Formats: sequence, structure tokens, C-alpha cells
Amino acid sequence: MVSPLAAVLLIFLVLPIVLIVIVSFWRATEFSIIPAFEFDNYAFLFGSPVTYTVFFNTFKYAVITWACTLLIGFTVAYYLAFHIRTLTWQIALFLLCTIPFWTSNIIRMISWIPFLGRNGIANSTLMSWGVIEEPIEWLLFSDFAVILAFVHLYTLFMVVPIFNTMMRIDKSLIEAARDAGANGAQILWNVIIPLTKPGIMIGTIFVVTLVMGDFITVRFMSGSQSANVGRLISNDIALLQYPSASATAIVLLLTVLITIGILLRFVDIRKEL
Amino acid sequence: MRNQDLELVSVTKRYGATVAVDAINYRFKSDSYTCLLGPSGCGKSSTLRMIAGHESISDGSIVLAGRDISHLPPAQRGTAMMFQNYALFPHLNVLDNVAFSQKMKGVSTAKRHAEAREMLALVDLTELADRLPDQLSGGQQQRVALARALITRPQVLLLDEPLSALDPFLRIRMRSELRKLQKELGISFVHVTHGQDEALALADEIIVMNNAVIEQAGPAREVFNAPQTKFVAQFMGGHNVIALPDGNFAIRADAVSITSPTPGAIEGNVTAVEYQGTHVSVSARITGDQEVLALIPDATFFANPHQPGDRIGLHWDSTNQHKLIA
Repeated sequence: MVSPLAAVLLIFLVLPIVLIVIVSFWRATEFSIIPAFEFDNYAFLFGSPVTYTVFFNTFKYAVITWACTLLIGFTVAYYLAFHIRTLTWQIALFLLCTIPFWTSNIIRMISWIPFLGRNGIANSTLMSWGVIEEPIEWLLFSDFAVILAFVHLYTLFMVVPIFNTMMRIDKSLIEAARDAGANGAQILWNVIIPLTKPGIMIGTIFVVTLVMGDFITVRFMSGSQSANVGRLISNDIALLQYPSASATAIVLLLTVLITIGILLRFVDIRKEL
Repeated sequence: MRNQDLELVSVTKRYGATVAVDAINYRFKSDSYTCLLGPSGCGKSSTLRMIAGHESISDGSIVLAGRDISHLPPAQRGTAMMFQNYALFPHLNVLDNVAFSQKMKGVSTAKRHAEAREMLALVDLTELADRLPDQLSGGQQQRVALARALITRPQVLLLDEPLSALDPFLRIRMRSELRKLQKELGISFVHVTHGQDEALALADEIIVMNNAVIEQAGPAREVFNAPQTKFVAQFMGGHNVIALPDGNFAIRADAVSITSPTPGAIEGNVTAVEYQGTHVSVSARITGDQEVLALIPDATFFANPHQPGDRIGLHWDSTNQHKLIA
């Protein structure tokens, strides 16, 4: 007897991955896909310099987005957890943070375009203030735009776990630290950050996996001028190159798993689950 | 000799319209063990937290060793606080917990660890220096908290219900250790508790608080033996509060003796007899429908036993009869 949960996991998680693994070894030509067991797809993937550039780009997006979301997310969570006194206000402000999530993330992303465009709100405002003479070109369809959209989309995934961990910190620890002569910065560094590490780690896993798996944000916000691994896969699919797409997906999956594995070596998140 | 006393001068704490501590005055003698005793919500914890600097004072001032410390940050007051749940840093081992305040001061690792080891030796925890707090028992955690508070060399150690998280057996052991430590260190301890037995066992001076004010303060024996108010008599326990023609009086239950009903003595009917080991407690109803409790040594009682319903005479020395002012 397989329990229902195990069956669900098997059908919707394990089986698709197994299929992708199998397909990644198939052979593809311009007009056909042939079941086989070859390493051609992987050989091509690891032999192409494009792969390395694209993987590097993916990591670059992940690291920069992670750093920005961590900074913003930690600050917001810290403010909510330690500076807002009443639980009612904490909940109210927390819900306020989630309002952007009431719309689809594609819409949130696209709404940046009229803002950042060459004749968009940002450029025309800056020009009317006399800050700039010419429109800034790199605001839209650039790495800047991609990372801005990522940060906008995923900061909440950093806020939630960090806020959750911070709310569990016994307030008397802060008092004990103050009793021992710690100032605000020392309390932050010696008490709050160490105790918030598991939340930071969970948020990090969310953000890193989301950014590394993304393709639509990169396509829209870079104006198809930048690529990450997700776009590589989506292009292959568009060309019906399923075996190649599968191989790339497997490599990406392993990369993400290894990254998370390394992260988990640093912090024990079991207490948080 | 320099004046080391801690003094509260009409210290007041208001939360909006409610007054948690109402203009209390008290001079804590240096080198003494003082207990702030009272039911929950009486203002004793607020008072302690104001002395520690974790609660701002609404009015009045706190003076330690001739210095007004009312508005200084906690670490500059010459006080250290031991928290109710000990508030040990869960991510630091015992040694680093104890050395925390020295680290904040910027003392080098080697020096602060040496100092912390000294403190751990004082509380007998040297072997556990590398453990994390959640690997320790409640009693051990408490000693770590003590060592952490003492490393700042405070003039006054403030303890917020330090024994309430321990089981009864450990509580009794820890309280004798606290007492011993206070004598060894020669600093003042101010200890908040709601247990009168704890206060009696530990304190040189007891401050009984109720409804934001001090009901009575003085040497432990005086407070127990001669309560001044009905509240103190009832809260300390072991007292009868009796309304006599010339006012209310407190009489210790163990000062009441039983005689055969004689004219002139107070007479009553036995309502309950309870054997308590060393003593037998005899409840009797006297005129005016008042209940009087007598604690009779068991040998005395069984030499002349009584049953519920018996008519008895109750007798006590007039020196044991303390008039209550409120």
C-alpha cells in the first residue's frame, strides 16, 4: 500500500524528473527524436563555450539578486520584528508587503517597462529635473533591468522566513545583551544576525532557486539581449530539441542541488522546519 | 566608608493611565540580600526592571552609591540583571555567554576567556565551558546566567524570579547557593519573588508590595512576626487575622494554644483537625463567626486530642498579638 502522499509525490515529482533524465540521453536530429542511450547531448553541452557563459550569467544574476534581496529583506524584517511594537501593526504591515503578490508576476514585471523605457517615466522625470541631459539607455533591456525585476519579484521570499525567525527571538535576549553593555550595532551583529541565520538561509534557498530557474524575467527585462540557463532550455524547447533541453535541465538541477547542499553545510535549518 | 546604598526616591511607573509603581521610597542597605515580595501584578518586577534600566522611570529617581542612575543605560549603572528564563544566548557556548559583556567592551579573546573561566569556577561550572545552553540542566543554566551577570562586577545584582523555573528540590538547593554567593561576594542582591517561603529563607530584608505600593518593609523576621497590615499577614501566611473590639490583630497560628474552655478566655468550636507531621492544625470558630487556626506541636496535641465539634478555649500571649493598621 502506497500512502496517498507518496503516490502524489511519485506521479508529480519523481516521475517527471525520471522522464527528463531518460530523454536527456535520447538522440535528436533536425527532424526527429530517437530513443537511445548516448552522451551526445551532454558532450555538446559541456563542449560549447556558450554553456559556460550562460551558466556564469545565471550565477551572476543569482548572486547579485541574493545580495540585494538579503539587504532589503533583512532590513524590512528587522523593522517589522523589532521596531513595530504591537502585533496588530506587525500583521498589518506584513500584509502590506504582500500586496504586490496579488497580481501575476508577469504583470508586475511588464509594469516596469513603461517606467524604465527610453522615454519612460524615470528618464523623463530625471530629464525634467535636469539631472540628466540624455535618456539613460541602460535602464531597460539590460542586466540592471533584469536584476531590478528579480529583486522586486523575490524580496518577499527573503522577508517572510527572516521575519518568522526574528519573531522567535526571545526579547529578553536583547535586554540581556543591553544589560551586558552592547550597543545597537553590537546587538545586531552578535545576537540578532547569528540567531536569524536559519531564516536567512531559507530565504537564500528560495531566491537562489527561483532566480536560477527563471527564464521569462530575463527574456522580458533584457529584451532578449541576455541569456541564462532557463532561456537556453526554453529556446531548445521552442525548437523541439527536447533531448538537449532535458540535458541542460538536468545539469541545471544538479547545479542548484549542489549550491543548496553547500549552503546547508553552513547553517542548520532543521530547527526552523 | 563610601556610601554604597541603593536608594529609590518616590520612584513611579505609569503605563498610560495605570500606575504600576506608585511613588515608592526605599533604601537598600549595601551588602544585603533583599527580597521584593508580592502577588503577580503588584509592581515588584517593574520596580526591579526600573532599577536595572530596562524600564524607564516615569517619576522619581534611583540613586546608587550617591550617583543618580535613573537615566543611565543598563550597563553603566553598576547593576547586573539575571533574567527569569536566564536569557542565555543559544548560539554561544557557556564560556562565550559569560564573556559576552567583556567582548562588548572590546576585551581581547584570551583575556575575556580567562575572566570568564574565573567566573565559571566561582559557580562551579568549569567543566561545562564548551557546552551550549540547551545542553545544560535548568540549574546549570542558572549558574551560567549568574556568572554572566557577575562578570561585570556589579555593585547590585538584580534577580527576577530566578528560582521559578526550577523544580522544587533544585529550588531549595539553589537558594542556599544564592545566599552563600551573596555573602562571599559582599554585594547587594535584590531578588524578586512571589514565594514568601523563598523570601524568608533568603532575605535579610523583605519588601512586601501590593497594588503598586510597599505594604511593609523590614528585616525578614520582623515582617513575618509582626505584620502591619491585613494583606501582609495573609500573604505571609501562618497568621490569624482577628477582629477584636479594639481593632484588627494578627496572631501567628503557632502562637495560639488550646486550653479547656475557661471563663475569660476566647472560646470556640473545633471545625477541623488536620495532621501535618510536626504539627497539628486545629481550626476553631469563635464568636463573630471568625475562624482561628492554631498550630499545635503534635506531641502536645496528642497528649490531649480534640475532635471537630469540641468546645475549646484559645489562648495566646498578648505580646504575640499585633495590631494591624490597615
